[in-house]
Amino acid sequence: MSTTLYDKIWNDHLVDQQDDGTSLLFVDRHLIHEVTSPQAFEGLRNSNRKVRHPKLTLAVADHNVPTTDRTKGISDQESKIQVDTLEANCKEFGVQLFGMDDKRQGIVHIIGPEQGFTQPGTVIVCGDSHTATHGAFGSLAFGIGTSEVEHVLATQTLVQKKAKNFRINVNGELPLGVTSKDVILQIIGRIGTAGGTGCVIEYAGDLIRSLSVEQRMTICNMTIEGGARAGLISPDQKIFDYLNGKPMSPKGDNWEKALNYWNSLKTDADANFDKEINLNAGEILPMITWGTSPQDVITIDEKVPNPQSEKDEDKKNSIERSLKYMGLKPDMAATDIKIDKVFIGSCTNGRIEDLREAAKILKNKKISSHVNAIVVPGSGLVKEQAEQEGLDKIFVNSGFEWREPGCSMCLAMNADKLKPEERCASTSNRNFEGRQGRGGRTHLVSPGMAAAAAISGNLDDVRKYQN
Amino acid sequence: MQKFNKLKSIPAYLPIVNIDTDMIIPKQFLKTIKRTGLGKNLFFEMRYDDLGKEIKEFCLNQSPYNDSKILIAGKNFGCGSSREHAPWALLDFGITCVISSSYADIFYSNCFKNGILPLILEEEKIKELSEYANRKEEISIDLNDEKIFYGNNEFKFDIDPFKKKCLLEGLDDIALSLKKADKIENFENGLKNTKPWIFND
Repeated sequence: MSTTLYDKIWNDHLVDQQDDGTSLLFVDRHLIHEVTSPQAFEGLRNSNRKVRHPKLTLAVADHNVPTTDRTKGISDQESKIQVDTLEANCKEFGVQLFGMDDKRQGIVHIIGPEQGFTQPGTVIVCGDSHTATHGAFGSLAFGIGTSEVEHVLATQTLVQKKAKNFRINVNGELPLGVTSKDVILQIIGRIGTAGGTGCVIEYAGDLIRSLSVEQRMTICNMTIEGGARAGLISPDQKIFDYLNGKPMSPKGDNWEKALNYWNSLKTDADANFDKEINLNAGEILPMITWGTSPQDVITIDEKVPNPQSEKDEDKKNSIERSLKYMGLKPDMAATDIKIDKVFIGSCTNGRIEDLREAAKILKNKKISSHVNAIVVPGSGLVKEQAEQEGLDKIFVNSGFEWREPGCSMCLAMNADKLKPEERCASTSNRNFEGRQGRGGRTHLVSPGMAAAAAISGNLDDVRKYQN
Repeated sequence: MQKFNKLKSIPAYLPIVNIDTDMIIPKQFLKTIKRTGLGKNLFFEMRYDDLGKEIKEFCLNQSPYNDSKILIAGKNFGCGSSREHAPWALLDFGITCVISSSYADIFYSNCFKNGILPLILEEEKIKELSEYANRKEEISIDLNDEKIFYGNNEFKFDIDPFKKKCLLEGLDDIALSLKKADKIENFENGLKNTKPWIFND
């Protein structure tokens, strides 16, 4: 029978299957961070259980860490307790941890690929919904809750039911200034935030294949914003080249064996999908979100919607609520939205290519005098690479602050947050109410669009600044 | 995990769609290393003003909804972050049953790990049940019989049989899976041969 990539990975990881379809799935790689793991370790301790495979587990503190001077440690006591707890738990249970002083420290979904911990054909989980990111490598990667984290630590397996197959084909070429962030925002706008519920999405088509490894990660990362737990892309030579020689990638004989297997990770030509949609890349434009859900997207040329023109009562109420929270008027032009802050970073857009894209726009330019802007590299290694390329200088010269790596203002658990009614052009993944700070207003954009907004002082078209 | 069998309560009704887990429990409360104590911060930003005072108009601040064990809400409930703090906060507040027409996948599975029943009903039924919230009348749920009772009416709901069994008996997932330790070990031994790079030995 013809199978999809998801079917193949699923079948290859089945430890047990009950008659009702409830399955036990083997987990090859488990990433943990400080926020969703303490209660899981506590559970293990209370039941006298061990971590079954510490070597298949990798830990890092990312959500709570300060992005300013770290020499004095973490001043927020609660954050400090959580980071210290992670350290103590990793020591007690023998799990490898990249500590705050380790240059490999960074956002969990950036360090996994960077270290070669993320590999094609594996099942990867983490107590974090953006685990979908790793699907760019052709792995089945998804976020889990803390009880499930405990389950994986104790058994190296997870209880799951098979999801549906959903394929999204993107063909054609992207216009100048349009990036993979715009592609995924367009997709979420089209399918809605519940469009992928109960599904695993496979991204296919010649546009997807033409994307770099990092651009693919941006797409898979926001799959969860379309409601699907996992999004994946069939691995190809770009993925193999990226992984070759990474510290945790297979070596020697194992590399050859792995490569042989990885090359088989393709959806059969006549495999069946429960759902399928097609997008033409040539029609995608630079996108922004105007509201408080990632599906609230418009192009930079468009206007904010008017609830009066919406017939569906639920949708009308939802638009009214969002506009009120966002402090926007119906029918105002996207480019008339004035901003106070810019955040470049996160597991969506905190990698080296993202920083290059923003720096290209910012070179020899100054940001608007009323804008406060920060760049938070996704990891210590991204930061180091950027500094070697002189990107930090471009950012600083333009008026940005150059910070230490972490999740930062994507979810504002550390000190980086918006004040009430402050408005931010952000390269992160969620524009929920209060996400970047109570009362804060978030507009999701690509790194280039964030740079353009910083210069103009309002949401603006990155194509204006393309050289 | 506490067992779920029967439940009777005046439901609270939040007619908002896409309620995300950031709304259910904002990030500042994720710094805890415990599972308990989150109830007072459930729906924090809708529930308290900037000075930390209760917002009277918000339904969970009003009697009798501050004692509701059942929450009825708009579709796609629990979307966004995977934080299990969301069901922990609901549970700590006293809510052990959520009723919506759809849920985000991670939140849905997190509920079952904590003895919360997330019921999926059609929009029409939800509208009908929300009237009981408005009229402050009790509805009751019988998981074993898969039935909801309201006024003189009743109807049957659907639930995955294995998930139902786990809720009814309060089963510990990990203990259940560890009963399959032989199968896990067999799988691992096979893996060492077929994909030796996974264990990187």
